[in-house]
Amino acid sequence: MSDRDNVVWLGTPAFPEAARAALADTRLRANLRRATATIRDKRLAVTAELDDWEELRERAAAVKRHTLRHLDHHLLRLEEAVTAAGGTVHWAADAAEANAIVTRLVQATGESEVVKVKSMATQEIGLNEALADAGIRAYETDLAELIVQLGGDRPSHILVPAIHRGRSEIREIFLREMGDWGRPAPDGLGDDPRDLAEAARLHLREKFLRCKVAVSGANFAAADTGTVVVVESEGNGRMCLTLPDTLITVMGIEKVLPAFADLDVFLQLLPRSSTGERMNPYTSLWTGVTEGDGPQDFHLVLLDNGRTATLADEVGRQALSCIRCSACLNVCPVYERTGGHAYGSVYPGPIGAVLTPQLVGVENTASLPFASTLCGACYDACPVKINIPEVLVHLRAEAVEAKRRSRLLPTAEALAMKAAGWVMSSPKGLAAAHRLAALGARLVARDGLIGSLPGPPARWTGTRDTPAPAQESLRAWWRRTKAVNETQGRTTAEEEGRR
Amino acid sequence: MRIALFITCFNDTMFPRTGRAVTELLERLGHTVEFPQAQTCCGQMHFNTGYRPETLPMVRRFAEVFAGYDAVVAPSGSCAGMVRDHHRVVAAQYGDTALTEAVDQVAPTVYELSELLVDVLGVTDVGAYFPHRVTYHPTCHSLRMLRVGDRPLRLLRAVKGIDLVELPAADSCCGFGGTFALKNADVSNAMLADKMRHVLDTGAEYLCAGDNSCLTHIGGGLSRLRTGVGTMHLAEILASTEGDTR
Repeated sequence: MSDRDNVVWLGTPAFPEAARAALADTRLRANLRRATATIRDKRLAVTAELDDWEELRERAAAVKRHTLRHLDHHLLRLEEAVTAAGGTVHWAADAAEANAIVTRLVQATGESEVVKVKSMATQEIGLNEALADAGIRAYETDLAELIVQLGGDRPSHILVPAIHRGRSEIREIFLREMGDWGRPAPDGLGDDPRDLAEAARLHLREKFLRCKVAVSGANFAAADTGTVVVVESEGNGRMCLTLPDTLITVMGIEKVLPAFADLDVFLQLLPRSSTGERMNPYTSLWTGVTEGDGPQDFHLVLLDNGRTATLADEVGRQALSCIRCSACLNVCPVYERTGGHAYGSVYPGPIGAVLTPQLVGVENTASLPFASTLCGACYDACPVKINIPEVLVHLRAEAVEAKRRSRLLPTAEALAMKAAGWVMSSPKGLAAAHRLAALGARLVARDGLIGSLPGPPARWTGTRDTPAPAQESLRAWWRRTKAVNETQGRTTAEEEGRR
Repeated sequence: MRIALFITCFNDTMFPRTGRAVTELLERLGHTVEFPQAQTCCGQMHFNTGYRPETLPMVRRFAEVFAGYDAVVAPSGSCAGMVRDHHRVVAAQYGDTALTEAVDQVAPTVYELSELLVDVLGVTDVGAYFPHRVTYHPTCHSLRMLRVGDRPLRLLRAVKGIDLVELPAADSCCGFGGTFALKNADVSNAMLADKMRHVLDTGAEYLCAGDNSCLTHIGGGLSRLRTGVGTMHLAEILASTEGDTR
């Protein structure tokens, strides 16, 4: 299952365990709290500026819905347009195939190093590791990806992969690691963001000027013109997209848009939703190859890697509309506290919790759909209106069914749910359960409150006092005090109906 | 107008006082409330935890029991949301067209308390008196599923004697999330800690919400830490009058 090893990081414990460790990391908590609060506030301010924000969301969702419904058609159009413009299109069914294609293309140039534009698709397939196996060094050039790569770390956010790092940690990483990868960090480097950026600039500049091959992802690709789009903030992507001789772009098949004109909607939504900016500093668009300008050899690798299977799920397929803005991560109360590593996937947060299980199979990531309170903040923030809570609940049902199928005996939870379902479907059952609970509570409650209990109930009672169930349920109270009146009321209504 | 009370299983057994408050309040406003004894549960816990087949009988029962009323009122945003948004999903999943039609009939008649008062009965001043400092937690499903907006706050502002203070970061989830609180107990506690901090920052005597499940979670934490802050369902504050000794 090598293709699955990269989307999910094998060895990461289930979400509750991984989250427990993350919650205890004081530095991580502080970094996340500060960073997510800053981006959240910026996003709210710039989305409030647009009177037609809701209309833009509707239009984007409609374009994505249409595109996904006719995905094969638009992909063939894209292939035709890119080919006509002098590019070469490759089709990759899974990560292994995509990695093999990219490796072969780099080897054909005779080069042994590549510069990389920040890209989720290449993270997803583990391209850097695959290239390293073939003796090719891949240099991440996005500042945050550089921090992650130098730190021997994993990304913890879709847009800001080093969001879990504070500036003092970044300084330490630069001082320790930069020398092994190229130009060392300047002596006496401080932790001022400007100094850190300057150190990265000097370190990366020599790679931009030296490397003949670049690898990128894509934010969008227009099927009518064959134009590929990368949106970024630093200009490092622009360096990679213009200086090298060969450009290889790995793009998930769901990124295609029917028409160039559709960018109108998405280029308004993406920067405001992701970095909270009206417009991102660098938007690079290229159409095949232009003689004498930029890379003269362009390859577009179209990646499936579980997407077609996801498309077959009527509820789950909306996750493929994602434009990787990260707004859902920044507003998620769970993500804000655990960070991205706890999700054990390159796609963390709410969108990861619905995307990862679909890409690799829900039975392999069964804890992820449950890593949410279903508070709905993600749905409100999503610029393409992915109903993440709806998909989460849908995948929870699939996870439960998968477990049912894979076991001879039901889990304790399944038995409890079955019993509860039986009780809760019958007024008599509910009343009996209430009497039993009220009786049981009498044994453990003090002054009407249930304190800490041992065993599994400790998950709840360890931190919360719980009132004992009322001695008289509402149902019983009603029967005792009002039943007569109600019967009379009903009779009257029925008589009126007859008259 | 025929109004039925859907008390919800949780309130029935744990907080009957909330059901009595809803009844008192509506009767005070001149309405008659009926309580169908055959009612049970909306099925939210099963649905949200992934147990669809177990949810179906509850969806069926709800549609039968609450058919034909002008309005069904539930003192719980998340249970009302479950009926309005998800009962149809369950019925459709099992291909039961008769049930789907029944759900489509009954679901639009289901209201959370503040919706019933403001939208259906057209009242914001219910004649309540509650001379205490109160802060209001909007609860996620009331806010983002039902979109009740500021209806509860409009009702609370009209309460005589109340000192209503704004809760910082009010729209952040409290961390309850049903079975989430058990499955992800640590994250739930981390969220609870922040919610309690915000509640304490207001200096409120009472935390108010339209959902006793969230209040049991937050109030449980407030009680364990002996903060002295009480919790009250919106219905209970709205039912309070000058004669009460609360």
